[in-house]
Amino acid sequence: MEMIHVEEISTSALRSRQISSIHHLRQISFTPKRSKKSEVIYKFTQQNLHACKLSLTPQLVISLFLLMGIIFVPIGFVALHASRSVVEIVNRYDTECMPDEFKSNKVAYIQDISVSKNCTLAIKIPKFMKAPIHIYYQLDNYYQNHRRYVKSRNDKQLQYGLHYIQTSSCMPEEYSNGYPIVPCGLVAWSMFNDTYSFVRHGAPLFINRKNISWKSDRDHKFGEKIFPFNFQNGTLIGGKTLDPTIPLSEQEDLMVWMRASALPSFRKIYGRIEDDLDADEVVFVNIGNNYNTYTFGGKKKLVLSTSNMLLGGKNDFLGLSYITTGFSCIFLAVFFALLHVKNQRPDHDTSHFSWTRKNTIS
Amino acid sequence: MRHTKNIRNKLKWSLIYSFSCVRPRSEINKEGGTHGHGDPSYSRIVHCNQPSHHKKPFCYPNNKISTTKYNLMTFLPKALFEQFRRVANIYFLMAALLSLTPITPFSPISMIAPLAFVVGLSIAKEALEDWQRSVQDMKINNRKVKVHKGQGIFCHNKWQNIQVGDLIQVEKDGFFPADMLLLSSSYEDGICYVETMNLDGETNLKVKRSLDVTTSIDGYQAFKDFKATIKCECPNSNLYTFVGNLELNHQLHAIEPSHILLRDSKLRNTDYVYGVVIFTGHDSKVMQNSTASPSKRSRVEKKMDKIIYILFTLLISISIISSIGFATTIQYKVDDWWYLDPTHTTDFYNPSRLFISVTFHLITVLILYGYLIPISLYISIELVKVLQAKIINSDICMYDELTGKSAKARTSNLNEELGQVDTILSDKTGTLTCNQMDFLKCSIAGVSYGIHSSEVEMAAVKHMESESIDVNDVWGKFTSDQLGDPDIKVQKKMIKEFSFEDERLMGGKWMNEPNSDVIRLFFQILAVCHTAIPELNEETNSFTYEVESPDEGAFLVATREFGFEFCKRTQTSIFVHEKYHPSGNTIQREYKILNLLEFNSKRKRMSVIVKDDVGQILLFCKGADSIIFDRLADNGKKYLEETTKQLNEFGETGLRTLALAYRTIEDSEYHAWNTEFTQAKTTIGPDRDNLLDHVSELIERELHLVGATAVEDKLQEGVPQCIDALAQAALKIWVLTGDKMETAINIGFACSLLRQGMRQINISAQNICDVKNDISLQITSASNIIDREIDPRAAFALIIDGKALAYALEDDMKFKFLKLAVNCASVICCRVSPKQKALVTRLVKEGTKKTTLAIGDGANDVGMIQEADIGIGISGVEGMQAVMASDFSIAQFRFLERLLVVHGHWCYKRISKLICYFFYKNIVFGLTLFYFEAFTSFSGQSVYEDWYMILFNVILTSLPVISLGVFEQDVSSDVCLQFPALYQQGPKNLFFDWTRILGWMANGILSSLIIFFLIIGIFYDQAFASNGQTSDKCIIGTAMFTSIIWTVNIQIFLMINHFTWIQHVFVWGSIITWYLFLLAFGNLSPIISGHAYKILEEVVGPAPIFWFVTLLIAIVCNIPYFVRSSFERMLNPMDHHIIQEIKHFKNHLKDKQMWTREKSKARQKSKIGFTARVEDKIRLLTNKLNK
Repeated sequence: MEMIHVEEISTSALRSRQISSIHHLRQISFTPKRSKKSEVIYKFTQQNLHACKLSLTPQLVISLFLLMGIIFVPIGFVALHASRSVVEIVNRYDTECMPDEFKSNKVAYIQDISVSKNCTLAIKIPKFMKAPIHIYYQLDNYYQNHRRYVKSRNDKQLQYGLHYIQTSSCMPEEYSNGYPIVPCGLVAWSMFNDTYSFVRHGAPLFINRKNISWKSDRDHKFGEKIFPFNFQNGTLIGGKTLDPTIPLSEQEDLMVWMRASALPSFRKIYGRIEDDLDADEVVFVNIGNNYNTYTFGGKKKLVLSTSNMLLGGKNDFLGLSYITTGFSCIFLAVFFALLHVKNQRPDHDTSHFSWTRKNTIS
Repeated sequence: MRHTKNIRNKLKWSLIYSFSCVRPRSEINKEGGTHGHGDPSYSRIVHCNQPSHHKKPFCYPNNKISTTKYNLMTFLPKALFEQFRRVANIYFLMAALLSLTPITPFSPISMIAPLAFVVGLSIAKEALEDWQRSVQDMKINNRKVKVHKGQGIFCHNKWQNIQVGDLIQVEKDGFFPADMLLLSSSYEDGICYVETMNLDGETNLKVKRSLDVTTSIDGYQAFKDFKATIKCECPNSNLYTFVGNLELNHQLHAIEPSHILLRDSKLRNTDYVYGVVIFTGHDSKVMQNSTASPSKRSRVEKKMDKIIYILFTLLISISIISSIGFATTIQYKVDDWWYLDPTHTTDFYNPSRLFISVTFHLITVLILYGYLIPISLYISIELVKVLQAKIINSDICMYDELTGKSAKARTSNLNEELGQVDTILSDKTGTLTCNQMDFLKCSIAGVSYGIHSSEVEMAAVKHMESESIDVNDVWGKFTSDQLGDPDIKVQKKMIKEFSFEDERLMGGKWMNEPNSDVIRLFFQILAVCHTAIPELNEETNSFTYEVESPDEGAFLVATREFGFEFCKRTQTSIFVHEKYHPSGNTIQREYKILNLLEFNSKRKRMSVIVKDDVGQILLFCKGADSIIFDRLADNGKKYLEETTKQLNEFGETGLRTLALAYRTIEDSEYHAWNTEFTQAKTTIGPDRDNLLDHVSELIERELHLVGATAVEDKLQEGVPQCIDALAQAALKIWVLTGDKMETAINIGFACSLLRQGMRQINISAQNICDVKNDISLQITSASNIIDREIDPRAAFALIIDGKALAYALEDDMKFKFLKLAVNCASVICCRVSPKQKALVTRLVKEGTKKTTLAIGDGANDVGMIQEADIGIGISGVEGMQAVMASDFSIAQFRFLERLLVVHGHWCYKRISKLICYFFYKNIVFGLTLFYFEAFTSFSGQSVYEDWYMILFNVILTSLPVISLGVFEQDVSSDVCLQFPALYQQGPKNLFFDWTRILGWMANGILSSLIIFFLIIGIFYDQAFASNGQTSDKCIIGTAMFTSIIWTVNIQIFLMINHFTWIQHVFVWGSIITWYLFLLAFGNLSPIISGHAYKILEEVVGPAPIFWFVTLLIAIVCNIPYFVRSSFERMLNPMDHHIIQEIKHFKNHLKDKQMWTREKSKARQKSKIGFTARVEDKIRLLTNKLNK
């Protein structure tokens, strides 16, 4: 009781008492066995852990912006340069390959099996193109990313074939004539079936159509022993017919097609020319214009492009974005520097405290 | 009979306190008992001591109480209902149910798992909390009390088994288990003392008495044969009324409230009582008074709901836009899209059944865009708050060594509300004060004795010392004048309730003082004029005193120490041992008590008329100074001037003062008066009290002033400092107390809520017919005075008593009253009932629309604690009710400062930032889904893989934000305490106002646009990899998702001010986790990973563009925020920014003067607290010196 009373009487104020109690605890926690651990726990619960505090001083802000500018602008120029070094030739052929008499009724033309769909384009190479030259077909206004389309496939069937029969996701291309379809689904069914062959100096130019798909697709996603079955046998024929003697794992154009594009305008790789093409050279392309894009007014383009280690294809946008950002940062650095000069506020400036401001106003 | 035999041995104590011996018998005979069974107010019939009647037809509940929200049966449905009252949860439930149908854009598991997790965790938390409540109930229900088993035998039984009509024996210091009618007590005349601390917070003992017919019931035979019937009112919540009668032996006796012992009050000073149970369990008055604890939600959280509604609006509008787009597509275009095989459509894409298709689509996109609504927000907030609560609980600075209790956050959902408090409503007894009086100073014959300073003074001195204020000369004068040398703090022997220290009076030295005869008289008055009962402590051989009010105890202890030991009281006499008699021996003096004129709040004094051992008739009077001074004889004013001056000084330092006076009465005068007095006492009727007062007035005149006492109502440790600190943080403090006005005002002074020079506005109910009008007038005129005041330094204090408050709280007047109260620097409400406390709290809460905090320790504070936005219970010595009802409990009032200024401030900022960030990140993520829709002809396809989306909220972005919510601090705790003004950022709501919220949303929208269009622009149609491969949906999705992860994590990195290793681990860990996940996911079987098979190692990883894009986007998205905050810091910095800068450059070490100056400037100019008082004093003194 006496102890307590002394406590009450003693004048030690709140703070010093708290401090003493902290010391008290510290002393307890500094017992030799577990000192370090308890110290950490103590600091943790008291929220006293060592911390670095980011203070956005004008100097820091200006130098950060400057730093970003200095990094970004060069990257931008490098990227832009890389993009400019890529040679890309785009040829739209869906209208050019249309015989004049069908111009008014394109759909009839493409659906008429009796009409020859072949046509020839002459492409003039503007610049030297170093092998490998990638051949792409580009479709516009084609919604491969439509939900109904994306869903209409079955990965298990692609891998395990007919052993796997739960293919309801493939609707409406699940069964044909009462038999399951392999590969099922709209995606496979609507596969692109235009063909290209190249002639240079009167001799055919070899197109390598191997290795156009991802290796993982070939090895793991498309079954080695799965052969197309009952494919394109229905009343409605979609796109390309697959050779039932070749397993899916070797049908690389199918794999490329099955990777649904994200945007309604997309390119897909067709093959590669493994010879250099010289500037001003003319290359003839024989096109089998079989794929129906006329119904929905989609464009078809043939694209030849060299590639670049850094960017892949021709891509000015990345470089430009970097350059813009970099210059914006430098601009901001200058802006903040000016602001700082004009509105200099010493580090220990206290005039901006709300209480000081309030007093000066009143 | 037994009791007649004992009558001479036993004292009728009640006679000392009351006039019950001559009080007219309140007995109603048969004719008077007009109330019958048919009367609705008498609908309860209790058959006393007849267990056979327990069941039919009077089936009253037993004494079991339950304060839990749920029971086993109702838990699941009720808890689920609670969970799904949150509109967001309903939405997610619908989404989860729909995910089982083909409408869903995601797999069912990705919808159900997060919801089950979130709801499950919340329900588990509810269950735990309710379990704790039921354990508490169980403890109470299993308390034991003695119950009559029949045949006059009493056995211990659990509280919960008590039935209406049972006979109960309660022993000394026991709680009453139910509302009972007092039958008899250990005292012969059937009185007993109860402490109603838990009901109304008053610690004064109250006298209860039994009906005269039952007083004799004691012993074997009496209980065996006792049979009676009570007819009474139905259970109700009114503590101070009771209507009913007792039928005993075919006679009716009216029962009054003074016959009733209420549950949860405590038997004191009485060995045992017998009672018969009337109301049990939830029927009892105290339980009727308790309202179901409301579920409180913080302001921030309520606002958050609004934000959720905004997001829902956004969600619905973008869904409708999508659906319109979808409808146009399938109406006009899809027919031509042969690759979708439109001839074999289902209802989902059927142009001929457009309406159904669109409806289905609308549902699909509503689910798809659901990522706008952060499902994990609630659970993250709950988790963060629980962790915050843990930190509050484990704060060593809020640990009380004396009681071994630490602060406890009992509900964690109000943490941030602590940072927004505007008004504190505080109970007094047990909260601000310890309810312990300390005799500290006195003034005898105009000389002031006692060198100890009161706590207030010491706090002020301490404060002055710590501040290097340039007025040391002024202050030096002030302190040496008033305090003596503060270093003399002798602590040799400490006696409870006695801190007096003055060589001149101690150890009999008073006899050498010039006015020793007056001093002797002073001690005599203190030793005789009281109502206490001495008890000999066998161990120490000294006396302790059972007293009605604690200051009497302090007086008696003081007189004992001075050598006048009150040792015995008989029916007619008081015996005092006088230690320092001129003869040198201890002698015993007897004072014959002739009359006792008792204290009441109207008289404000008590007197005792005694005949001393030489046969002289003396009247000793003690009372409020103003009352005594008015009744002084002309020749009794010798010391008036000095005494008045000293009384003012005492009052100013927060001491409770009483003036002492005496007069000698001639025998003839006394006898003439006594006849009149006896007549008045025996008067029957309502005039009796007035008459008595009047007669007393006649003898209490021509007094001679002796001196004055000053006792300190001992404040809890650190209360003045804490109040000062809170006042500096610009918090308003109201004191609501059940105590009388004088006490309340004293404490007001002690806490520096009141000071000299403050204009006091007293509003109290007068005894006139139109009270209401009168109070209205008082309020109006007070308001006018305040309005007319032009001096900005003028401070007003409003003091209002319970009766006046009853009128002031009526609907037509309450806002007028509130307006007045808000304009006053401090408000003290005294004599308020628990209900009024709650009403005042509600008025402040609803009237000011600001956050209120109620703090109290007793059961009488429960209403207030529950009503306020935040209720804080003091887990003091007695009673757990307040703590049980509270949201936070702390061991002492002084911890409130740290709880609010440090934890409240932190939690408010943390939660605000956390919520803003949550919305930001989900907007960034959700809107990219929407933009993508526009490129898929609004078909409802998502660009991300399902698993990315599941992980986004739950794993990839949750931990950094939790670390922000738990560990973020803008400034350290020391700085928070040193700069109380920082606290105002909370009540002003600077961090969660609409501009800030909308700013964050705009930031989110901007970021989402940048991310989406940069990704689309860069991955458009050309090859992205060096082998000529073009991108597909999965690659774009992955790149976009990676950019989002980087963006939102860099964003939180910029938001965090306080980086410990934890934040670093979480922020960078989240980013690394994403890549690890991508790697692991890509290596699962392609059946599971689908398009994402080997995505990182084979597809995106080797492509440099993937990494460059991430870098670009992470930086670009954060430039707007970075520019904005740099701009703000540079041109318009907030307080914590500057402090951070000062700390960063260590300027507070280099320029200590500046630091000290800013610290003192940062205190809000407040009109209360001792800083204000000291400043006021200094101003006055400076003015004086200048003159």
